[in-house]
Amino acid sequence: MSITVYVPCDSSAVSLGADRVAAAILLEAQKRNISINLIRNGSRGLYWLEPLVEVITDAGRIAYGPVQVSDVSALFEADFLHGGAHTLALGAIEELDYLKKQQRLTFARIGKTDPISLDDYLANDGYRGLNNALKQSQADIVKAVTDSGLRGRGGAAFPTGIKWNTVLNTASEQKYIICNADEGDSGTFSDRMVMEGDPFVLIEGMTIAGLAVGANQGYIYLRVEYPHAHVALNAAIEKAYAAGYLGNDIQGSGKAFHLEVRLGAGAYICGEETSLMESLEGKRGLVRFKPPLPAISGLFGQPTVVNNVISLASVPIILDKGGDYYRDFGMGRSRGTLPLQLAGNIKQAGLVELAFGLTLRELIYDFGGGSASGRPIKAVQVGGPLGAYLPESQFDTPLDYEAFAANWTVLGHGGVVVFDDTADMAALARYNMEFCAIESCGKCTPCRIGSTRGTEVIDEIISGHEISKNIPLLRDLCNTLLNGSLCALGGMTPYPVLSALNHFPEDFGVTDTTNAT
Amino acid sequence: MTESTSIQETVQAVITTLKDKPGALLPILHGIQDALGYIPADSVPAIAQGLHLSRAEVHGVISFYHYFRDTPPGKQTVHICRAESCQAMGGKQLEQHVKDQLGIDYHETTADGQFSLEPVYCLGNCACSPAIQIGDDIYGKVSAQSFDAIINEKKELA
Repeated sequence: MSITVYVPCDSSAVSLGADRVAAAILLEAQKRNISINLIRNGSRGLYWLEPLVEVITDAGRIAYGPVQVSDVSALFEADFLHGGAHTLALGAIEELDYLKKQQRLTFARIGKTDPISLDDYLANDGYRGLNNALKQSQADIVKAVTDSGLRGRGGAAFPTGIKWNTVLNTASEQKYIICNADEGDSGTFSDRMVMEGDPFVLIEGMTIAGLAVGANQGYIYLRVEYPHAHVALNAAIEKAYAAGYLGNDIQGSGKAFHLEVRLGAGAYICGEETSLMESLEGKRGLVRFKPPLPAISGLFGQPTVVNNVISLASVPIILDKGGDYYRDFGMGRSRGTLPLQLAGNIKQAGLVELAFGLTLRELIYDFGGGSASGRPIKAVQVGGPLGAYLPESQFDTPLDYEAFAANWTVLGHGGVVVFDDTADMAALARYNMEFCAIESCGKCTPCRIGSTRGTEVIDEIISGHEISKNIPLLRDLCNTLLNGSLCALGGMTPYPVLSALNHFPEDFGVTDTTNAT
Repeated sequence: MTESTSIQETVQAVITTLKDKPGALLPILHGIQDALGYIPADSVPAIAQGLHLSRAEVHGVISFYHYFRDTPPGKQTVHICRAESCQAMGGKQLEQHVKDQLGIDYHETTADGQFSLEPVYCLGNCACSPAIQIGDDIYGKVSAQSFDAIINEKKELA
């Protein structure tokens, strides 16, 4: 009987050589006349160990990593196909602390299965949520999602059930489900991992959303920077159609749901829901005024659910195990789990799905193992390019939407980027303003002009020119951006800029602390 | 003449295939750029006509999105991530090294037409920073040394 070997197809694993390792393993097996069944799984999210090779043995799935092509022959010599000892051997994958300490609900299958095998999906609890949803009324499906306490995982944390309820109760012949897969926040990759590592869970979540609100058309708006996810989604959609999980008659229910992937074109602003809809309509991605809410007048003027990948991918388990099951994880008003993404200067970068409530310090030290460089950690940016930098004094903040908001910081999409003590916070603040200038849609003045003027003022400060005049000017400008911008791009760029200034004034050349405030 | 005829034929074929989709403009622009590597300025009238839009509207959409380009790229485009996670792992130094090695700045193409250089704001490879992309291939934990090896390999393939 042939031995099953897993090598991830996840694009980060591939970026470290997984394709070449997979090819080398096949070649070596052939040379040695050993029959193996090589499966390209998703990534477990332990990226410092990628490419991570797993083998099914009598003692379960045994892992080896990080494996390079040059290790392959020695692994065969060490009989890794039967779990043999080798310096890269990590033992049973499920027993690794990093994984064992997590609460994987949304990511339950990722890394275990072949992402585009529908059989694998079905054998691992796939489509149980949809099967339950097909037996329920629309109101009951929405109620399950509302009861779960699920809030938008894209960053805004708006209760998903309330959004769905609005669309359900807005009468229209045509409604839409949009998946916002324009994961543009730096330091985030959980959406990508889901789309590459378990695309069916997103398709199932969107189908349930369609049934719940009465929408028969869905679009996944995917960023063009994710070519691997594009291929995986299209392959899975094709299989879902062929097996009657998408189409005009879902599993004989007589209900229809169609799904199509649309590509963005490198505009960060299109992650903003109204800009995204403009883009889907074939226009410049200009932000719309709200109201009207997209739930009432969204894509092509019709009632539209716009949810992030993780929000939608969390729906199947809620419909499978019930809203209560999901709600029992978490703290305060942050219910369920959040897939956190550890990135930047961190020893053990990767995906950590946890119930809300752990502190940032526990995350970056207990899971992350401290900085990659071994130097002290200076600052951590949480929540993408519009998120604040947290200094050491804020590391004990619990990972919870409200606890972060109380600190003038944001949890957002759960991206955590670590900087060691070599980071220049003034240079980073300048970058944040420049990023806003590059990505501004140009519709509102504070963002369009303020970001360019902001970059110039920070340049003045960095060059040491009239600091006592320019710091108040920068603060005043940030105040205008905060209060006068149409959307979160202009409205939140002051978070990283001002947090850098407030916590690290010395990097801006401010020696007199009164100047810093 | 024949070259420009075949470009127009390609453009027209893309328009005909996709124009009935709701919100067809972005899919059409992607289709043209996938086929030709860029969106030639003289394809704008045909797109506008196919979708009943003004030429200004089509041009406005092309110029809004960073990904769409109206000039031919080099044979291969190198994208360097400029975002925070990559900066935390030496991305700025890598950026300078790549510019020096290729002898070009962002939005430029090498004199031999081999490589174009573009910034990108996150490849979702933040757990393996710094990251670059060449064509559809993504590379993680890139150092100056490994970049040189990658680019030499690409030169040999070209």
